[in-house]
Amino acid sequence: MFKIAKRNLPELLRAIAAEQELYLPVNISGQTNFAVWTEGTEADLDTLKTVKSPKDMFFPQSETLYTVKKENKKLSIQPEALREQRFVAFGMKACDIQGIKVLDKVFLAEPIDTFYAARREHGTIVALACHEPEETCFCKVFGVDCAEPDADVVMWAVGEMLYWKPVTEKGKALTESVSGVLEAADEADEKAVSDEQDNIRAIVEKLPYTNLSLEGWDGNATDAKFNSPVWEKLFKPCLACGTCTFVCPTCQCYDIKDYDTGHGVQRYRCWDSCMYSDFTMMAHGNNRTSQMQRFRQRFMHKLVYFPANNDGMYSCVGCGRCVDKCPSSLNIVKVIKAFEKEAVDQ
Amino acid sequence: MQEIINRAKELLADGTVARVLGWRIGDLPYNPEPSYFETAEDLEKNFVYDGFCGANLSKYMIEGSKLEGKTLVFLKPCDTYSFNQLIKENRVDREKAYIIGVGCKGKLDVEKIKAQGIKGILSISGAEIEGDAETLTVNTLYGDKTVAYKDAMLERCHVCKGKEHMIFDEEIGESKDTKDADRFAEVEKIEAMKPEEKFAYFQKELSKCIRCNACRNVCPACSCRKCVFDSTKFDSAQKANADSFEEKMFHIIRAFHVAGRCTDCGECSRVCPQGIPLHLFNRKFIKDIDEFYGDYQAGADAESKGPLTSFTFGDVEPGVTGGRR
Amino acid sequence: MSITANEEFRPKIVAFCCNWCSYAGADLAGSSRLTYPADVKIIRVPCSCRVNPMFILRAFEKGADGVIMCGCHPGDCHYSTGNYYARRRMALLFSMLDYIGVEHGRTRVEWVSAAEGVKFSQTMNEFVAKITSLGKNVRLEDLRCRK
Repeated sequence: MFKIAKRNLPELLRAIAAEQELYLPVNISGQTNFAVWTEGTEADLDTLKTVKSPKDMFFPQSETLYTVKKENKKLSIQPEALREQRFVAFGMKACDIQGIKVLDKVFLAEPIDTFYAARREHGTIVALACHEPEETCFCKVFGVDCAEPDADVVMWAVGEMLYWKPVTEKGKALTESVSGVLEAADEADEKAVSDEQDNIRAIVEKLPYTNLSLEGWDGNATDAKFNSPVWEKLFKPCLACGTCTFVCPTCQCYDIKDYDTGHGVQRYRCWDSCMYSDFTMMAHGNNRTSQMQRFRQRFMHKLVYFPANNDGMYSCVGCGRCVDKCPSSLNIVKVIKAFEKEAVDQ
Repeated sequence: MQEIINRAKELLADGTVARVLGWRIGDLPYNPEPSYFETAEDLEKNFVYDGFCGANLSKYMIEGSKLEGKTLVFLKPCDTYSFNQLIKENRVDREKAYIIGVGCKGKLDVEKIKAQGIKGILSISGAEIEGDAETLTVNTLYGDKTVAYKDAMLERCHVCKGKEHMIFDEEIGESKDTKDADRFAEVEKIEAMKPEEKFAYFQKELSKCIRCNACRNVCPACSCRKCVFDSTKFDSAQKANADSFEEKMFHIIRAFHVAGRCTDCGECSRVCPQGIPLHLFNRKFIKDIDEFYGDYQAGADAESKGPLTSFTFGDVEPGVTGGRR
Repeated sequence: MSITANEEFRPKIVAFCCNWCSYAGADLAGSSRLTYPADVKIIRVPCSCRVNPMFILRAFEKGADGVIMCGCHPGDCHYSTGNYYARRRMALLFSMLDYIGVEHGRTRVEWVSAAEGVKFSQTMNEFVAKITSLGKNVRLEDLRCRK
């Protein structure tokens, strides 16, 4: 393990950025999101959760797939180049990394999504353990340990120090390249980190959502859950906006559209939301015609269909962003609790 | 709050209304959700009305009007403007609503509490509708904190339109005067900037936009069955956020489509996940309408013609207006 | 498209012209052999009231440097009142564009009758000169539309 004083963080960032592109949480007019580092950019490691999840770095909100150019009467198609530069995602949280694993299941399964695969291959994840988890967090419910994120490099922020532990080959290579600004950690430091981990885990136990039960939610629950009368009541406050989907670290649906540039066409893909009325619109119309059906789809996908197709893995990671951001204060926790209540009432 | 619940139970019991549209208590101290209640038991157990009930229920009455029988709806003073406006546009049915105007002493924004570095919130006291708490006491995982009520208030409450309900069947509870800022101060500040400064300001704010449409969907004035931005038949259904133009287009047109109809209820800014001050667009139109065509408050009544659906022969010329500074 | 010192800047201008007055005014300007720069691209609309605010924004998106709307003189609208509504809409929209930092000179409304060929050509000459002095529109264009 290594360490660096927090005040020397800019040195570390500069050292990383000297070799590759660096993305990290930055506060821009009041909101913290992942952004690219340039000289003078101030990292915001104090904000626990970025507004948007960092899935952006691997699965951008919109990206061009190819461009069609028209010259005279000739059309030419230029595919968008895949990412070839290495980059570092600095300061991701354990839940967000679990989110990436969910995306891996989708995009790295056959047929492999080459755009995503290129980004995954070239990205090194430097995680930061969650110093002070918040009341909306419930990652433990999904088996995520926010005191020990599963990443290429793991960091802990304790007092004035930042501890740095390389885990994977990629992490070790990155550590090698910035070794000039890191100091070796000693036994006292190991102790400081394990104390921090104990602290974090103790707080996690006290979080209001930590003991949320997922009983009854699995790949076999399709009929029972789908046909439940609970949805009809639950969805009512939903405004059909896409906030929950767009802040979510695991939502992976996208739309493919053409943009007419006046001298050609850009085919791009962009995040889509199952809450929208034109989601998966086909020639015959839409297969989900009411907001209740769209609402149900989102949660059925996260808690039933996804585990059914992915060895029981849920596609919710308990980051709590939807809890924070839903305009109607509706969220996955309320959904789970409503079903729990229904089971008790029966 | 008990008075409200009791009255709702009475109206349910005597058959005046078929259901109650109010706020259901959340599972955190600050997240009640708009909800229907159909039984006295449900009301007694789960109804809440406190400082965090910011949601404007007028919007939900568009759907509520389609239901069988009357719906009892609770509206805060500012929500009644939206309701009036919706009546004017024939989007709600006055006959289907039984309106109880509830008192309001300023609604709270949990984001503002969190912005003061308060995290791990377990309980909040002082947000109740009863009493005159000047401070909120926030019990967190990391110790007890206090916040001045005023500092945790939504932006819109600092420019409150007043304590009167514009439309109601009956009123319950007192309201408090929370206005302590000029409604157009921020707009004027921007107007005074140089073009490049204005551009830089809006570019920075709008680049945060994730096109989630929360501002549009929560807006009581945005009541079109099919939004132009969802239309597949018109080249406007662009969901990309990559380029700065799309966001400007969306926000200018969003505000333009509600110009003259926007009551300045502030829901757009309340719900924006990225904290974009969207009211600055709407208020610019309101300010211009006031200046060009005379003071107008949308929703103050349910009959008058809106400023963009009427005209006078001597209206100000577009060339003159922009150059007036 | 970058502008270098020795490359003369030619603005792209979109003019929305009412079929009943200014479009005919443009015709008259032509048949009277009055000149105005070819940088002005005319789009004919059935009434100035047909001009949706999105049209104006789309024009800027696709690379216009200035947008002008021409309609019948107030009181002379072919449909009686269309231009009165258009006047209010454009007053608000142009004020909003000014507010977000698009220079006010880039937008203009002018009332031109079918008999005013001279006014049409003068207006366009003036407007082109104004936009040329303001330079390229970079604040409301979609970068994807650049060549």
